[in-house]
Amino acid sequence: MAAKSWRLLRQLPWYGLMLVAVFAIGLPLFWVATGSLKTTREIYTFPPVWLPQHPRWDNFSAAWHAAPFGRFYLNSIIVTLADTAAKLFFALTTAYALVFLNIRGRNLVFLFVLAALFVPVQVTLLPNYLTVGRLGWINTYFGLIVPMMPVAFGTFLFRQHFRTLSREVLDAAVIDGCGHWRLLWDVVLPMSRPVAVTVGLLALVGRWNDFLWPLVVTNTVEMRTLPVGITYLYQVEGVQNWGPIFAGTLFVMVPVLLVYIVAQRWIVSGITSGAVKG
Amino acid sequence: MARDVVQPAAVSGLHWRAMLTWMQQKLGDWPLFVLFAGPNLVLLAIFTYWPLLYNVYLSLTSWDLIAPVKPFVGLTNYRNLAASAEFRTVLLNTAIFALGTVGGTTILGLALALLLNLRLRGRTLARAIIFAPVLLSGAAISVFWINMLDPRFGLVALPLRWLGLPVPDWLNSPHWAMVAVILVYIWQNTGFSMVLYLAGLQNIPHELYEAARIDGAGAVASFRHVTLPQLGPTTLFVLVVSVINSFQAFDLIKVLTDGGPVNATTTLLFYIYQQGFVAFNAGRAAAASIVLFVLLLGLSLLQLRLGERRVHYGG
Repeated sequence: MAAKSWRLLRQLPWYGLMLVAVFAIGLPLFWVATGSLKTTREIYTFPPVWLPQHPRWDNFSAAWHAAPFGRFYLNSIIVTLADTAAKLFFALTTAYALVFLNIRGRNLVFLFVLAALFVPVQVTLLPNYLTVGRLGWINTYFGLIVPMMPVAFGTFLFRQHFRTLSREVLDAAVIDGCGHWRLLWDVVLPMSRPVAVTVGLLALVGRWNDFLWPLVVTNTVEMRTLPVGITYLYQVEGVQNWGPIFAGTLFVMVPVLLVYIVAQRWIVSGITSGAVKG
Repeated sequence: MARDVVQPAAVSGLHWRAMLTWMQQKLGDWPLFVLFAGPNLVLLAIFTYWPLLYNVYLSLTSWDLIAPVKPFVGLTNYRNLAASAEFRTVLLNTAIFALGTVGGTTILGLALALLLNLRLRGRTLARAIIFAPVLLSGAAISVFWINMLDPRFGLVALPLRWLGLPVPDWLNSPHWAMVAVILVYIWQNTGFSMVLYLAGLQNIPHELYEAARIDGAGAVASFRHVTLPQLGPTTLFVLVVSVINSFQAFDLIKVLTDGGPVNATTTLLFYIYQQGFVAFNAGRAAAASIVLFVLLLGLSLLQLRLGERRVHYGG
């Protein structure tokens, strides 16, 4: 017991530092969360009021009505889900073809996929806008979704994993008369669930938060996604009405935080396995 | 009668099957490969590679995004960029932003990883909280940081007043706007490098520490001679990824300062956006994009080269 408390005492400075770090990162989040329930007067007070005296839940409905958040949610959900599903599907099928189909020059094809990682999204911004314009997709879901569908990094992750799968299991499946399509979905995918979860989550979070492409490719309030929509709310309410603005930022952030709480392990392992954001 | 009708169908079915086997013998897995990988490859070609080529072409024109013809002007856009004082400011801003954000997130990320690698109670929760902002929308973060940075009632003013320091009008001051944007960026992204460093720390073989202890190394010595050198490759990786990410920062700058005041926070990417979509100067935007692309490509190749060398030395 004495040894234990001695250790705790010796570690006290480290605990102090940990507390400082958690405060530095966590306090702004606490500030938004409590701010969303404060009155304007409480927000405009210095030194600050830490907790709202009478939580104002009205801020949330005020925010919801000040900008078409229902539409923003719908758009964000459609775009995020469609792109995540497409990326998962394409990454799976492409990686499968690269590993399990015998064709000459597949390493060259892999190089073609891999080199796409070196082309930053920003370099493709203006030309893709023009392509989407020629297709008549400006301000449509197609314009929001399709240019973001191709997937290089996810393909790379799946390929890495597929190469580690046991050949015997796959050969047995082939002998059982399993075609490649069924092999992919019934044998290979179940053995690759962690990678699939990782690829899916990275796509999910990246698309949900994406700001630049939706800003460029849509031009009416009705087609905006949540991250662009929140800047509307800020413009509408100005600095006059911070309570609803705080509430509005929570509309954008809470869904991701919920996903994070459930799937923290997968997200972190995904990021450390390749460390490409977005 | 009925048989006569069925017969040709059966025959054509046979043909069909024969053709399939013939194709399979002749083409092997190719048709299947096209079916599986084709769509993704086509999309990559249209939305990743074609834009790159098209960008090179656009950078050689002076086009306003509207006129039916794109006048060819050769390297004029590049020459104009090289001569433009504004573009020099933009490059300087990009460098300052990269230096500040990469330096800040890397040093803090390493420090936090070392701290939270100790056996402290509650470290899992602390890690989770510190990483959380990485996943949040930059636009939403920027909106509430505008409030935090308000010089009259913002939270950031509080410690400054306690210390009796002057409180700058962060986002409206040409001197402080860049500092503020860098601070918000560091706040959001430190968790990212921390997580990478934690993974790096966990990959250090335990035997090395034991060997160091047997050799009589204390905590400090084993940190200097085992931990730090072993983190070399991780550091290289963190640095390169962080520089690339910082070059691609957009939403913070757009929402916090809109590139201002007076271009004080206009980085290369923001400049591309402005030239392309606000000033409708497609040629100049494209030329700046190519500059960004070359810079990023250089960095990535540098990482590959250095990474290779490390492997050689290690082996």
